[in-house]
Amino acid sequence: MSGKTLYDKLWQAHVVHEEPDGTTLLYIDRHLVHEVTSPQAFEGLRLAGRKPWRGGSVLAVPDHNVPTERRDLGIADPVSRTQVETLEHNVAEYGLRFFPMRDLRQGIVHVIGPEQGATLPGMTVVCGDSHTSTHGALGALAFGIGTSEVEHVLATQCLWQSRSQSMLVRVDGELRPGVTGKDIVLAIIGAIGTAGGNGYAIEFGGSAIRSLSIEGRMTVCNMAIEAGARAGMVAVDEKTIEYVRGRPQAPTGELFEQAAAAWRDLVSDPDARFDRVVELDAAGIEPQVTWGTSPEMVVPVSGRVPDPARERDPVRAEGMRRALSYMGLQAGTPIAAIRPDKVFIGSCTNSRIEDLREAAAVVRGRRKADSVKLAMVVPGSGLVKQQAEAEGLDRVFLEAGFEWREPGCSMCLAMNADRLESGERCASTSNRNFEGRQGQGGRTHLVSPALAAAAAVAGHFVEPAQLEG
Amino acid sequence: MQAFTVHRGIAAPLDRANVDTDAIIPKQYLKSIKRTGFGPNAFDDWRYLDPGQPDADNSGRRPNPEFVLNQPPFDRATILLARENFGCGSSREHAVWALGDFGFRAVIAPSFADIFFSNSFKNGLLPVVLAENAVDELFRRVQAEPGLEIEVDLQTQEVRVPGGPAFRFEIDSDRRRRLLEGLDDIALTLQHADEIRAYEERRRREAPWLIVG
Ligand code: SF4
Repeated sequence: MSGKTLYDKLWQAHVVHEEPDGTTLLYIDRHLVHEVTSPQAFEGLRLAGRKPWRGGSVLAVPDHNVPTERRDLGIADPVSRTQVETLEHNVAEYGLRFFPMRDLRQGIVHVIGPEQGATLPGMTVVCGDSHTSTHGALGALAFGIGTSEVEHVLATQCLWQSRSQSMLVRVDGELRPGVTGKDIVLAIIGAIGTAGGNGYAIEFGGSAIRSLSIEGRMTVCNMAIEAGARAGMVAVDEKTIEYVRGRPQAPTGELFEQAAAAWRDLVSDPDARFDRVVELDAAGIEPQVTWGTSPEMVVPVSGRVPDPARERDPVRAEGMRRALSYMGLQAGTPIAAIRPDKVFIGSCTNSRIEDLREAAAVVRGRRKADSVKLAMVVPGSGLVKQQAEAEGLDRVFLEAGFEWREPGCSMCLAMNADRLESGERCASTSNRNFEGRQGQGGRTHLVSPALAAAAAVAGHFVEPAQLEG
Repeated sequence: MQAFTVHRGIAAPLDRANVDTDAIIPKQYLKSIKRTGFGPNAFDDWRYLDPGQPDADNSGRRPNPEFVLNQPPFDRATILLARENFGCGSSREHAVWALGDFGFRAVIAPSFADIFFSNSFKNGLLPVVLAENAVDELFRRVQAEPGLEIEVDLQTQEVRVPGGPAFRFEIDSDRRRRLLEGLDDIALTLQHADEIRAYEERRRREAPWLIVG
């Protein structure tokens, strides 16, 4: 018999009940909640006269709708305000842990979970949000759910799940300087496609993944969903354990050591078998830029916009043509000739302190190009913002002509006031370049923080190392 | 939950791969705290030529004549024919609510994104996976004879075209049963309450750091 994968171990530790056909009642340790996908779930709970099964498992925060400027004025849009207030009422009614908009700990749900030690190795973590896969970077089984499932977890602490297939994405070798977790995951999506992970839980492994910091791994796991995977995860190592140590909600003292000993087993056994293995050579990965309206439409920054005429599959070729037309691009255009109107550094993919440091290192001593109308930096949480300010990063950005905002999802999905106007082009560190994602008619190019910063300075896409001055 | 047994209706061909949930229901409508009322804004960016706002009346907006669901008889469609990886992207269940509110009872595609797929079952919307060539065949038939009614039968696990072939589809038995009977998931799960409590007891002993707070 072969050994167990990390996914097997996480799964088996959470089985409450198994039906003959394999459908499993899986126990959920941590339930993260935000304002957009929870109101109908609480409403359902209330209508049925039910109570949360274990309220202590919940951590709730408003992030999608919150303004990133002048919080003292509250939320101007009445519909957004109602949604945030609804969350406030719900958490008060059921006595759930909550970081309100003006709390220093408020931020994007996937940034604050790990930051607070609310998500830990070995946990099952869910949230009514597809990017819950982020938390898998800690060696957790973390996945997004719909609102009915949010209600189900509130009421029962469990979910009915069938087991995914397992995929190992192994990235071995040494990364070129300037290549980040974002570039790795975009390259993976480019290789396997946005449906490549459908039905799978992906474990990211190999020396290049191990060389990443925990925050870098979070960036990779964050976008597992963009490859269609149910979950993304990375095995626990000493970096994981040191990352968790001392976090506000993490165990302490003897209990921490006991936990850490158990966490060290959260790795795939050497003889574990995966249903599919994908291998990438780290040295071959360049900084990536998406050119189209799906994250799989991605090329290296040194590349060119591809030509649909050379695509054999007619459905794909049509998708490419539609994407080129939406993006206002011609096949064959060098990526370096593409000029963004706006630059967004933020989102649950890339708004942690290391992301901001990486961007600030590029920006330091330089200025935003005049052709770039707006370059904004939106830290992932109040604590990230505070840390960045302590390091003087806010001044680096402000002196370069960037805007420095309050934490939230912001222009990642443009539910608040931060959005692209129709036809505007954006270099964005977020995770989705779908039509209209950052504002109706807006055109998104997904990149790493360093590339976004370099684009803001140069006025076009360029490798930071090639910037002048 | 609304049960699903057999449904017969007009199928609309939405000939694009990777239709994401941002496209099915754009973000501005997610601000609603209700489960209903999303139908008029399903596929909003494709369906209208002018921008829309939440809580606004859509009757004065300009429909995009090019968009399939604006073209009779497809504006009355109750079955959506789609391409691979339908429902990818955001986990928003609002996408399923919007399709249901529009009038759809089933979506047929070669593949679906995971979260969309499971959300559908919670709302009585049946996602049917058929092989690529079967989907191609359905596209051909429906495009050749607009208004053609097809039948989706969850009991026999078949999609039937009048005078044409029947395509069998697979579905996991547990989900099939719940949908056929329109069962309340939470009530079913709570029948396992003792097992859940026993699990928690054991975990408190084995991994006490997990059940904090
Ligand atoms: S930052 Fe973007 S992707 Fe992440 S949770 Fe917010 S809206 Fe979703």
